[in-house]
Amino acid sequence: MPVDKTTVAKIARLARIYISDERQQVLATELNGILSWVDELNEVNTDNVEPLASVTGHSLPMREDVVTDGDRIDEVLANVPETTSGFFVVPKVVE
Amino acid sequence: MTSNLVSGVSGEWEVVIGLEVHAQVSSNAKLFSGASATFGANPNQNVSLVDAAMPGMLPVVNHECVRQAVRTGLGLNAEINLISVFDRKNYFYADLPQGYQISQFKQPIVGEGKLRIDLPDGSSRDIGIERLHLEQDAGKSMHDQHPSKSYIDLNRTGVALMEIVSRPDMRSSIEAAAYVRKLRSILRYLGTCDGNMEEGSLRADVNVSVRRPGQALGIRTETKNLNSLRFIQQAIDFEVARQIEILEDGGEIDQETRLFDTTTGTTRAMRSKEDAHDYRYFPDPDLLPLVISQKEVDELEMGLPELPDQIKDRLTADYGLSAYDAAVIIEERETALFYEAASEGYDRKLVANWMTVELFGALNKSGQTLSKCKVLPEQLGSLVGLISDGTISGKIAKDVFAVMFETGSDAASIVKEKGLKQVSDSGAIEALIDTVIAAHESEVAEYRAGKEKLFGFFVGQVMKQSGGQANPGMVNQILRTRLDK
Repeated sequence: MPVDKTTVAKIARLARIYISDERQQVLATELNGILSWVDELNEVNTDNVEPLASVTGHSLPMREDVVTDGDRIDEVLANVPETTSGFFVVPKVVE
Repeated sequence: MTSNLVSGVSGEWEVVIGLEVHAQVSSNAKLFSGASATFGANPNQNVSLVDAAMPGMLPVVNHECVRQAVRTGLGLNAEINLISVFDRKNYFYADLPQGYQISQFKQPIVGEGKLRIDLPDGSSRDIGIERLHLEQDAGKSMHDQHPSKSYIDLNRTGVALMEIVSRPDMRSSIEAAAYVRKLRSILRYLGTCDGNMEEGSLRADVNVSVRRPGQALGIRTETKNLNSLRFIQQAIDFEVARQIEILEDGGEIDQETRLFDTTTGTTRAMRSKEDAHDYRYFPDPDLLPLVISQKEVDELEMGLPELPDQIKDRLTADYGLSAYDAAVIIEERETALFYEAASEGYDRKLVANWMTVELFGALNKSGQTLSKCKVLPEQLGSLVGLISDGTISGKIAKDVFAVMFETGSDAASIVKEKGLKQVSDSGAIEALIDTVIAAHESEVAEYRAGKEKLFGFFVGQVMKQSGGQANPGMVNQILRTRLDK
């Protein structure tokens, strides 16, 4: 499915990124180029081939269930524009 | 079987319900970070830089959370997927610092299973489970602290949740409540979620639609975030009535997300968010596929406790309890263990009766929980033992129980101390009966003249004379021979 300008505008809105009208067309063209390049992979016959989830052969490392972190409120809140009694304070977001 | 159909103005409707339950995984640390998963800390105290989504921080999955999900899957008779994948579910909200929730979309860790629900009439029914997947919880927003600001606490951010999705197999709000009750019970037996609905450890989204019997599925609505059995039932009942009214008036149901108002018991549409459901899922590039071995699954299965359905089958088949009593006893693991200990060596059915009627009644009345209760299992058992061997009557036993509940003393010592032992000495009972007959000559004459219902009056008088201690069976028998001669 080729990407048109409307799709670019929608993706931009979902990602909360402002993209000007002129740029939308440019990006649509670029994205179509990338997608058609990736589409070439579809020419390979993958019947009876299991999906490959990782090329490294590693499996997911896991951690033990031990509390090793937390209690660093100063660092967590270091960049906030506004804070009160340990909370982040943001413009009201309520349904 | 009773019909679950709902009557509308223009005929009958069938209700179709599916549930998505979010259960907080019992673990020490969060799903992908080493911060504590405990409830009730100071704001933002249990937050690591991973949870706060600082640039460059990487998630590392908590092995125990994975095990808990597998245990739960096994408890739900479900297929365990040895390979599963974590995906990003993208949306923006103030309490989601990453801008996406790590969840599992196409390849969840647990596939199809089933859960047996126990209905109020004692019958049971299987409800299909579609899947169970692991995901991160979001943070908590407080909107009522400031007129124009929201306060955000990220302590819950990243805590592991299991989302358990049912098939649309339920046909009434009662079945939906039974499903959640049973699911909660299984989770608590397994120890994989504490099931505390008030603290939000277990919450449900309900999908409701209605249709004419036999027709295709109707359009459904989803009501979010219900955190009590009562709210679940209210929300469903309200939705059913609302949808039937719209359809009978010739309208159409909008497929939408709705919010439940706990004060009015009604639901309302969320201000519709454009593209709200376009989550653009894709595999999380920070996380490799989650691979578990069949050996580990087998080991976890070996370690599972006896589950409520197995115990219920044992109680009904081996001990002869009614399906209803068994369902009441097995709902909480603690209660089931209490019952097993109390009834060991005594009349199983009688102990079940005493437990569900007297003990639960007294607990309800006093607002106590079983764990704080002074009556120990063996004490309840020996009280029933005293009834069975005729030492005390069932009536006296209630008085003994009341004292036992207050003081925690043994039944035998209460009986001894208060002199409550049942009189089963026929000589003593005959003497009592003679006194009563002598004192009520005119009633005796009436009885002998055919007024048979006076028999109960005599029994009452004799029991009263004995202070309730005469063996009622013997009183009946001896009285009958005396009066009828």
